[in-house]
Amino acid sequence: MTVTGYLRSDQRKGIRNNIAVAYLVECAHHVAREIVHPFRERGVNLIGFSGCYPNAYSHKMMERLCTHPNTGAALLVSLGCEGFNKGALLDTIRRSGRPGQLVVIQDAGGTRSSIAEGQAWIERTLVELQATPRVSMELSELIVGTKCGGSDATSGLTANPAMGRAFDHLVQQKAACIFEETGELIGMENWMAERASTPELGQEIVKTVAKAARYYATLGHASFAPGNADGGLTTIEEKSLGAYAKSGQSRISGIIKPGDVPLAGGLYLMDMIPDGEVRFGFPNINDNVEVAEMIACGAHLVMFSTGRGSVVGSAISPIIKVCANPKTYKRMSDDMDVDAGRILEGRATLDEVGREIYDLVVEVAGGKKTKSEALGHQEFVLTYKRFEPLGPACFPSAA
Amino acid sequence: MALFQKTDGSGVLLLAAGDNIAVATSELPAGTAREIGGRKVVLTAGVEVGHKFAVRAIEAGTRIVKYGAPIGVATRDIQPGEYVHTHNMTSAYLPTYTLEEGHQFVKEAK
Repeated sequence: MTVTGYLRSDQRKGIRNNIAVAYLVECAHHVAREIVHPFRERGVNLIGFSGCYPNAYSHKMMERLCTHPNTGAALLVSLGCEGFNKGALLDTIRRSGRPGQLVVIQDAGGTRSSIAEGQAWIERTLVELQATPRVSMELSELIVGTKCGGSDATSGLTANPAMGRAFDHLVQQKAACIFEETGELIGMENWMAERASTPELGQEIVKTVAKAARYYATLGHASFAPGNADGGLTTIEEKSLGAYAKSGQSRISGIIKPGDVPLAGGLYLMDMIPDGEVRFGFPNINDNVEVAEMIACGAHLVMFSTGRGSVVGSAISPIIKVCANPKTYKRMSDDMDVDAGRILEGRATLDEVGREIYDLVVEVAGGKKTKSEALGHQEFVLTYKRFEPLGPACFPSAA
Repeated sequence: MALFQKTDGSGVLLLAAGDNIAVATSELPAGTAREIGGRKVVLTAGVEVGHKFAVRAIEAGTRIVKYGAPIGVATRDIQPGEYVHTHNMTSAYLPTYTLEEGHQFVKEAK
């Protein structure tokens, strides 16, 4: 099966033809937002990094997002005195063949002139992007992420296993599929290890989850919100069991870290817990952290399940919202793409909903707008983290 | 992990044969009686959708098993039909808590 994608100069293929506008410090956020505002329904997306001090992880994240296959061009908005290495980022964007521009507020003469300069560039670039070549794209060229947010006890019974089924179909088509939330896989590590493509990878998976458990124990807080317990989930292990179901039943091909693009199709675990001693605080301050990280790993779109009722979308890549709880679906159907709660009501089987999600992934890859996309959701967050490079056991298929 | 496909309309779901808890798929009032895995279970409290109850006696200190996987440990003896949540079980890894004073996780379905 194929869809029609956008061909970039670096030969990667996207499913959207977006422009990313990136502020490089919070002090440039307002100017960047104002630049985007009139174009926000024309594929111009706001992303950014708030910190004034440079950080290798956030720099890599910004590089990956500004040269993402769904991103056709990128505008950087700098105050002028922040620590972000804007020259290197601009260079990466231009070397990828994408139009790239930098507006420095202190040089441009302040807020008004910076907004005018940025908007003029966007106007010109939108016209330029209309000439982006359209090409046939195989499902094996697609990268898909999965995430759950606002979970309750129905998430693990309906939406998550149904998304797991969709993942199984996608892996069969040789797409690259990414699941994550190692902090929400605590208790599942030995089951996951059995699914690893090599014993060494299995050991790495167990270590990755142990790192997450250590990290959260030090912070004194699990990836478990009071709302999860209100929804009937009692422990982190029970939440994990539900989150784990998102991964489906395929063999696990490797571990990646935020910003690492899978080199081949298969199922990948994204390890988003920072390496080394605990610093910079909570590793997933909200759901969009990991969504942005999977997109930085090249995800063209992300399937997102919710029981309590999350409304988030994302900059750069569309989010397919799968609602686990039939009551929540009735209350919030405008925000939901798939009604997986039908499984609990006996109105559909797990396999049927899994197939429906898979079909929708193909349609969205072909250009169909998701609910959150049509509603204009473009949530984005990027914080400080620190990672060490992957060991060879994490990526057996590259060896 | 073997997955169930669909609910049978009974309002309860035993996810794996060896599980000692079952999940409510519709709101079940106290006194609801069901045949689950060959045993008759009568709910001693109301259970909301997605919440769980014991299908057999569970001794304090033993594992609570759902989908064949351990999801925590009983903090006291639990009788068949009893609602199972933060009041009678805990994580074997990290605690579940809220800072909101007076907030109750354990709420009975009516």
